Amino acid sequence: MYNGGKIIFGLIIFLAIVTFPFYSNLGGSAKKAMPSLDTPEIYALATKECVRSGEYMKKEHMKVLDEWRDEVVREGKREKISVGGTELEKSLQNGCMHCHSNKEQFCTECHKYAGIDPYCWDCHFDRGEGRL
Amino acid sequence: MSINRRKFLKIAGLTGLGLSLSARDFILMSPAEASGGHSLPSSGERLGMAIDVRKLTDADYARIADACHTVHNVPTLIPEKNNVKNEVKWIWTDTYNHTFPEQINDYHPEALRNKTFPLLCNHCDKPPCVRVCPTKATFRAKNGMIVQDPHRCIGCRFCMAGCPYGSRSFNWVDPRPYIPKRNPDFPTRTIGVVEKCTFCPERLARGQQPACVEVSNGAMIFGNLADSHSEIRNILSTHFTLRRKPTLGTMPSVFYIIGGEDYAG
Repeated sequence: MYNGGKIIFGLIIFLAIVTFPFYSNLGGSAKKAMPSLDTPEIYALATKECVRSGEYMKKEHMKVLDEWRDEVVREGKREKISVGGTELEKSLQNGCMHCHSNKEQFCTECHKYAGIDPYCWDCHFDRGEGRL
Repeated sequence: MSINRRKFLKIAGLTGLGLSLSARDFILMSPAEASGGHSLPSSGERLGMAIDVRKLTDADYARIADACHTVHNVPTLIPEKNNVKNEVKWIWTDTYNHTFPEQINDYHPEALRNKTFPLLCNHCDKPPCVRVCPTKATFRAKNGMIVQDPHRCIGCRFCMAGCPYGSRSFNWVDPRPYIPKRNPDFPTRTIGVVEKCTFCPERLARGQQPACVEVSNGAMIFGNLADSHSEIRNILSTHFTLRRKPTLGTMPSVFYIIGGEDYAG
């Protein structure tokens, strides 16, 4: 093999760089996301429930939001939904975030853990945020 | 298979005839459209607005625009301080000649010629903005509202070029720093999308009137044009009203009561 030493040396450097994310995180454990349900609005609910089961919402809440958006904006179906005895609008800002009034501890907690930055927040905002 | 000259001409002629027949609908307006008639559904909803400008002053216009812009989180990008193109407006005012350029008349009463008029999206029956939108972000809802869905807007601004009324604004800058006090019940917009008057569907769903109508002290009347017993139909059938640029055939749903019938007879 021509220049065998140089090639092997290069390969070692290459592998070291490619596998860097794996060994640099070895042993360490990422802090588990713990979205908080501790808001006065949730305590005020007659029954503690969401529009779907907690397990479904954990995985598929974006689908619910997508359906609501199409129904409300495109089809004009703005009838209210009942959650735990409270009538709410089919709306991220006025529905979901009525109860989940803790955006940082609820929404951002998981989004940060998953490393995603949904552009919902370019327009929609925390009901407490920006209110003067 | 070979084709002779005679056969080719026959096929070409038939094709041309077919194409011209199918294009007819795009080129020619129906008599009802040409006369500016509204295509009213026989039942259901067709929303419209009548504005009695006789009852409104510049101070009223300012209050109305402020109510609309506050409730919808419209940024205050003042043209003097910023580039003019950055301005975002849902309801604004202009002179008589700019509002009704097809009705310019040097012998109109001076009070009328010097008056300003409130302008907003006309929620047209034949909206050019809807025709040109490549993503269907703008569409016509069943009740006649022209909806602008910011989720789908790609910011191409074709609708701004298409709208003959200047009803649309583009967010050239991030609007959030220019919203003095955010209404928590309504989203803001983001940089790169178009926005305009919505006829307040979110307020109608709560049983409220549109924000402008609510603060107009009865000078703006909002209602169902398809219902012959509605207040707006009653107003329209008893007053002379103008619509903006009727010869364009867009058939606006905003009607202006400018006065003058008092002198008739």
